[in-house]
Amino acid sequence: MAILQSNIDTGAAAFAANAKHHRELADELRTLAGRIVEGGDARSRERHVGRGKLLPRDRLSRLLDPGSPFLEVGQLGGYELYDDWIPSGGIVTGIGRVSGTQCMVVVNDATVKGGTYYPITVKKHLRAQEIALENGLPCVYLVDSGGAFLPMQAEVFPDRDHFGRIFYNQANLSARGIPQIAVVMGSCTAGGAYVPAMCDQAIIVRGQGTIFLGGPPLVKAATGEEVDAESLGGGDVHSRTSGVTDYLAADDVHALGIAREIVAASQQRYRATVETRTPRPPAFAEEELYGVLPTDPRTPVDVREIIARLVDGSEFHEFKALYGETLVCGFAHIEGMPVAVIANNGILFSESALKGAHFIQLADRRGVPLLFLQNITGFMVGKKYENQGIAKDGAKMVTAVACARVPKFTVVIGGSFGAGNYAMCGRAYGARMLWTWPNARISVMGGEQAAHVLATVRRDGAAARGEEWPEAEQAAFMDDIRAQYETQGHPYFASARLWDDGVVDPADTRRVLGLALEVACREPLQPQSGFGVFRM
Amino acid sequence: MFDTLLIANRGEIACRVMRTATRMGLRTVAVYSDADAHAQHVRLADAAERIGPAPARESYLRIDAVLDAAERHGAGAVHPGYGFLSENAEFAAACEERGIVFVGPSARAIRAMGSKIEAKRIVAAAGTPVVPGYQEADQSDAALSRAAAEIGYPLLIKASAGGGGKGMRLVREPDEFPAALAGARREAAAAFADELVLLERYLDAPKHLEVQILADQTGHTLHLYERDCSVQRRHQKVIEEAPGPTVSEELRTLLGEAAVQAAKAIGYVGAGTVEFISQAGEFYFMEMNTRLQVEHPVTEAITGLDLVEWQLRVAAGEKLPFRQHEIPRNGHAVEARVYAENPARRFLPSTGTLAHVAFPQEVRVDAGVATGDAVSVHYDPMLAKVIAHGPDRDAAITSLERALARTEIAGVAHNVAYLRRLLAHPVFRGGDYTTGIAEEHADELLAEEDHLPAICAAIAAGRLGDSVGPWARRDGFRLNGPASFIQRFRRERKEVEVVLSEGQAQVDGEVFDVADVSWNEGVLALRVDGNRVGARVVTAGPSLYVIIGGSTARFDPGDVEGAARSLGSAAGNRVVSPMPGQVIAVSVKPGDRVKAGAVLAVVEAMKMEHSVAAPRAGRVASVNCRVGDRVDEGVELVVLEE
Repeated sequence: MAILQSNIDTGAAAFAANAKHHRELADELRTLAGRIVEGGDARSRERHVGRGKLLPRDRLSRLLDPGSPFLEVGQLGGYELYDDWIPSGGIVTGIGRVSGTQCMVVVNDATVKGGTYYPITVKKHLRAQEIALENGLPCVYLVDSGGAFLPMQAEVFPDRDHFGRIFYNQANLSARGIPQIAVVMGSCTAGGAYVPAMCDQAIIVRGQGTIFLGGPPLVKAATGEEVDAESLGGGDVHSRTSGVTDYLAADDVHALGIAREIVAASQQRYRATVETRTPRPPAFAEEELYGVLPTDPRTPVDVREIIARLVDGSEFHEFKALYGETLVCGFAHIEGMPVAVIANNGILFSESALKGAHFIQLADRRGVPLLFLQNITGFMVGKKYENQGIAKDGAKMVTAVACARVPKFTVVIGGSFGAGNYAMCGRAYGARMLWTWPNARISVMGGEQAAHVLATVRRDGAAARGEEWPEAEQAAFMDDIRAQYETQGHPYFASARLWDDGVVDPADTRRVLGLALEVACREPLQPQSGFGVFRM
Repeated sequence: MFDTLLIANRGEIACRVMRTATRMGLRTVAVYSDADAHAQHVRLADAAERIGPAPARESYLRIDAVLDAAERHGAGAVHPGYGFLSENAEFAAACEERGIVFVGPSARAIRAMGSKIEAKRIVAAAGTPVVPGYQEADQSDAALSRAAAEIGYPLLIKASAGGGGKGMRLVREPDEFPAALAGARREAAAAFADELVLLERYLDAPKHLEVQILADQTGHTLHLYERDCSVQRRHQKVIEEAPGPTVSEELRTLLGEAAVQAAKAIGYVGAGTVEFISQAGEFYFMEMNTRLQVEHPVTEAITGLDLVEWQLRVAAGEKLPFRQHEIPRNGHAVEARVYAENPARRFLPSTGTLAHVAFPQEVRVDAGVATGDAVSVHYDPMLAKVIAHGPDRDAAITSLERALARTEIAGVAHNVAYLRRLLAHPVFRGGDYTTGIAEEHADELLAEEDHLPAICAAIAAGRLGDSVGPWARRDGFRLNGPASFIQRFRRERKEVEVVLSEGQAQVDGEVFDVADVSWNEGVLALRVDGNRVGARVVTAGPSLYVIIGGSTARFDPGDVEGAARSLGSAAGNRVVSPMPGQVIAVSVKPGDRVKAGAVLAVVEAMKMEHSVAAPRAGRVASVNCRVGDRVDEGVELVVLEE
């Protein structure tokens, strides 16, 4: 297989300037992540630990196999989304290894508003279950939550993808043979009681975990009965009397030990559905990505320079290299697993869209997972292209992306604008996982273009009414639009709303892709349709 | 000279004898029990024969089996090593009968030294000093106090029929004697119905000195200087040195002459050892070992003579070609005995499979085991002897200490770290230590458990990936943050938790700086709080061994407990009937102490008897049912307290 060559001069001043800029972005990301993983404020954490409870991420690390990687999902969820500081959206979710089996782990953080569910908390919980479903991952729920966040109940409780969907998913995941395991390490009140109740197996920590539909204050109000939490729904009650839980643990560490045993005994067998190889590092260091990426998104860079720093041995078997050159397609391996890479190298034209559609079909027939490296300002516009039917050709690529059966992964490495987002497997197109680089921007169009479009519309409107729009006002108007797009197009803004699964450091991308690919390449694909590959 | 030698032994001594025999051009024959079929001495020999099952009595101690093997393999001589048949007069006699050379003294000499009392009588008659004492029939107060004055103080009064310390009195001053004598007689009469006593000089801080003897068949008898073997634990030698660090030239001459005199008194032939106890320049004969000693290498080191070679030559009838003053004495030598035992558990022998064994090359190591060998309950738990020689005592000790620090043993508990601490102890360094050294300083000599091995174990566990692939790599990867690695182990019986993060390790809450970690096939190098650490890491099944500076720590997976841990009822005090039925037995009454799980009462229901057990240990506060009572489900039967 051909080894990609690099034309980057790592000694050049531009390289150093790029590297400085992108390292700063990565550092900024790590600083933010560092604040987020701390969890709730110091007082809440001290109170939590003072009760003999482990902090959520300590619980997580003790549940996982020693040294297991943890592929966190939605780390920035909830960031600057509400007036309250809701780190990790109040719930830590991700994939880690438990007793040798990769599991989806969902950990309530009781140090954040008592572990109550904000809308973003619900969204994250459901996203975790979706990933578990697609990848066949056993779910371990470390429950410590006061239930719905009542002030926002209207955005948490009633809709299809609200609180109730969690239990609907549990039932259906269980029905598919995907183990559902709960460890009750704190409160499970009201709706929250159904998390352990709906699980295949449930553990409770004595003197710490409680499960009840109505807590003592509600009971008193409803019936006048006075009862303490432990006799109402503590570990002994549920393990000896009610049978709501199956295992009684002395403390957090003991409970997590039992959970590890349960997973070990769960008879999960996985086989890779693709031919794997021994992983080899790329020929060029991943850290060089910092220097490869330009500081200005408008400066072009050959995307092969990026591919060369992500794939095994920098080996790339390129498809249709001479046709539709603004889309680079080819086969490679990441951490030993095959991937079909589709990467933007400029604006999408009809030819690039047709090439993309062809290549996606090919990858699908071969059973090779797709990796989209998204850096797209959109499809080409203009009379010539519209008349040629670029919409029709774009639709072919979008159709191929939408219907591909193989696991799809997307990394937004630059811009993600307009219909380009769709053709390159944006969030709506069912990527198994989607990540964003800290330098990326996502919006329906670029801020500059939006400012011009909106200003033109307004200017034309004013002109039609015979009014004058002063230059200064126009400039201020456009600045506002640019600022709005900059804020809303920022990856943190996107990630806070779970438009992606996380913002990832370019230098960690290969590691993250490897982890995600391995869990994705274990579920058999749906049967193929009755047509061969359509040449486009 | 015979051309084939059978070695009637096993372990390090069999290997050591074979090495010299092979160098001398002899064919070697090993014998082995079922437990030793693949042992080092069998691998080393030119031929080997099975002589029976594992127990020594059915194999290594079977005279006929050993000699049959010798005959079958045409062995003209048998070397008995030490232990087993080495001091068995019958064996020496049987060899003679079959016309096989026994590499050792005559059966008569063995018999003479076999009885301690007889031996003392013989050597005393020849003029060798023995521990002064009195064991005559005249038991009058006058005779005994006269004898006591002659013996000197302190002395021991012992019951003649005695044992177990009954009737024994230590007397330090003459005026204490009458009362002590009366007390000893009283106790002796009460315990053994016999008030006969004997007196013996008591040495409260003695050294164990012994002299190596070499004699040929013409009676030419030489001594090869003394060894100091005072470092003993549980009455077994662990460190020996030559020459004795406190022995003056004058004492050396006296000891040597006394030893030669004792050997000559019984017509000794070959290599032997005369043991003395010594204090304040005085010395007394204890016993003679009519064989090669375990610690003979220190003598070899300072004299440059191969004792096994001279045993074989003398056995073949050669004469010793040198005179006493021609025996060289160069520098100083120290030996440490490496045992499979647990110093922290009162030196309890340890058995198992040696997952890893490696000894340093720079010093002499007499070992009988290699990686993969089993250490069984059937034989002596000594694994090896490490011997260092240097121009002076300090150099020899330093060299031995370094060698022990590079000794790597995993799979059984061992005493290497204990030996290192002994060698480093100021009392040992001073040289004038006594046989009490190990006991008097027991606390200082036991290992302090430090956290270094746990740190190394956790780091190594991350490197010991079982397969390739992104999930198998145990790097503790975290998105946008420092890696997180938490490893829980059991070390001995304690739980240890190690948290590794970038540049740090936290063990049970204590934080260490960790830097410069490198890992190369089981060898871990790193800096902990700035100090360089090197560790060998060995895995055996689920266990992980970390060897640092000769000391081995074993780690087992930490979370075996899991669901198996049983939790008693928190409610606890009230014990109720599990279902409606009839009480047919009540087994406790108020005030009784009960263990968790003890049956308190039996309820019969649905044609079955149901035991009602105590949910936890405690005391019975009240019993609220009687046999014959009909009870409903949930009725309180017994109440516990405390």
